[in-house]
Amino acid sequence: MPDAPGLELILAGINAEHPGAVLDTSFDRDQPALIVHPDHIREVLIWLRDTEGQGYTFLASVHGADYLPAEPRFAVHYELLNRERYERLRVKALLPDPAAEGDAADGGHGDGLPHIASVVDLFPTAEFQEREVYDFFGVVFDGHPDPRRILMPEDYAGHPQRRDFPIGGEPVIFTRDEATNPGWWN
Amino acid sequence: MEAGAKSEPRDSLIDQELTPAMLAMEIESKLPGATVELEPEQEMMTVNMGPHHPATHGVLRLIVDLEGEVVKDLKPIVGYVHTGIEKSCESMAYWKVIPFVERMDYLSYFFNMQAYCGAVEKLTGLEVPRRAQYLRVLHMELNRLHSHLVWLGTTALDVGAMSVYFYCFRDRDRVLDLFEMSAGQRMHTRYFQIGGVVEDIPSGFERKVREMIESLTRGIGQYEALLDRNEIFLLRTKNIGMVSRERLLELGVTGPLLRASGDAWDLRKEADYLVYDELDFDVPVGTVGDGYDRYRVRLTEMRESLKIIEQCIDGLPEGPWIADDRKYVLPPRSELSTSMESLIHHFKLVTEGFRVAPGEVYNPVESPRGELGCFVVADGSAKPARVHFREPSFVNLQALRDMAIGEYVADLIQTLAMLDPILGGIDR
Repeated sequence: MPDAPGLELILAGINAEHPGAVLDTSFDRDQPALIVHPDHIREVLIWLRDTEGQGYTFLASVHGADYLPAEPRFAVHYELLNRERYERLRVKALLPDPAAEGDAADGGHGDGLPHIASVVDLFPTAEFQEREVYDFFGVVFDGHPDPRRILMPEDYAGHPQRRDFPIGGEPVIFTRDEATNPGWWN
Repeated sequence: MEAGAKSEPRDSLIDQELTPAMLAMEIESKLPGATVELEPEQEMMTVNMGPHHPATHGVLRLIVDLEGEVVKDLKPIVGYVHTGIEKSCESMAYWKVIPFVERMDYLSYFFNMQAYCGAVEKLTGLEVPRRAQYLRVLHMELNRLHSHLVWLGTTALDVGAMSVYFYCFRDRDRVLDLFEMSAGQRMHTRYFQIGGVVEDIPSGFERKVREMIESLTRGIGQYEALLDRNEIFLLRTKNIGMVSRERLLELGVTGPLLRASGDAWDLRKEADYLVYDELDFDVPVGTVGDGYDRYRVRLTEMRESLKIIEQCIDGLPEGPWIADDRKYVLPPRSELSTSMESLIHHFKLVTEGFRVAPGEVYNPVESPRGELGCFVVADGSAKPARVHFREPSFVNLQALRDMAIGEYVADLIQTLAMLDPILGGIDR
């Protein structure tokens, strides 16, 4: 694992080439993380993959999180792995919620959903996982080859893993209730 | 047709199914010179396989584009057994999440528990006692045997070897008997607790494990005798479903699939977790990564698992089997009637659970299907803010398209079986 100073070196290296790409670093519970501006996510992942001495070529996992009530609210995590040295590095892009900030923050997409660039062409493994993040958090990955839901039904409304999405339930209907509740099957 | 040909009895072909080739031969014999051009089957046909198909190992739906019998494109549709486990976990106290995550990948429940418990232990900084670590490794390797046995049985069934299925399930039950003995349940045992394991193993467990090792060593030899040089099995698996190592890595494939293509990547060796570094075992690898290599890698892994289990039983250290931190771990039952503090701790843990300082952790383990990672976000409350599983089946399924394109549709069944997807894990 890159330690805290190593993480600062990575930050300086990326920001020298792409100013403003890495906003912050965190080194918590021995797990290093880079907090990245969402507009620069592709540049950062390419830099970490292709730069000499870095070699984070394996994308282990892509997942989302909802940090409600924190701002910015959403995050997409990219768990990178250097297979030669066995070093893991988490790249985290924080995304504000356009629905809460008004249409101006939407960036002209008009759907009220946060947007981030897809990395499927860099890491083909991200295809299903980005679809899963879209499905559950409503983060749109621009440039994804197949931007559909994956686990929820296609006509489902809403994004169920958001923290403000209620845990509902479907009423269970039993035949024994027919006497008290005629026409229960409707 | 000629009048004379009509009266002739069609003796030779009357009881057989008439294929285009036979029809052409017949016409050629009856009417020499009348040649028939056979059109190649160029028409593309889209076939829907599943979700209820016995060979899909669950409710997996595949939309397959076929040209004749050759697969030209393939799209997996998943989500039929999605039950929202990750969402449900967010409304549970940390230790109540354990039985939930077990039910994701229902054949590798000990690994799910280890991924989750390990993540929470990293978040809380809890140290797991050495005896508990050995017991965890012991049970995880037993679980690997169980998972591979179910895989081998169903895969052999898919390629037509019925008897292997019965032998595998016979041996699998011996493993489940051990789970029943140590944890009280055959499946979904909830044996791992945050900070250790729930209970120590009972007396007589060691003897049972040694008996199981002996019988399964014989069992694995039996499967090898049945399948290794079986003509049908070789024809069905050799040189089928091959994908290059580089492409597999791009697709994020891990586990036996990657190892079968010659990459000795095993988190038990690479990552530093539990006591795997003290144990002596090898990582089997294949050469070309066809179906046969995948079979050989998994079978050899079972032998290696037996080695690890034997070492765990031999070197099992004495000591506590759960951490002694009353903020996170339930006090022993015997203390409750004598110690007021224990009663208070017990009450607090059972009613509210423990709070975890804000932070996030990704904890990968090597499951029977590859890298199983658990990502937990703590927000300072007694419930996790997010529990996410990086399921190896989910990620590996993306490679099915590369494996199946250009192969026959019959080989698709074999390729899918060798992929070993568990739909409970894919859909979560």
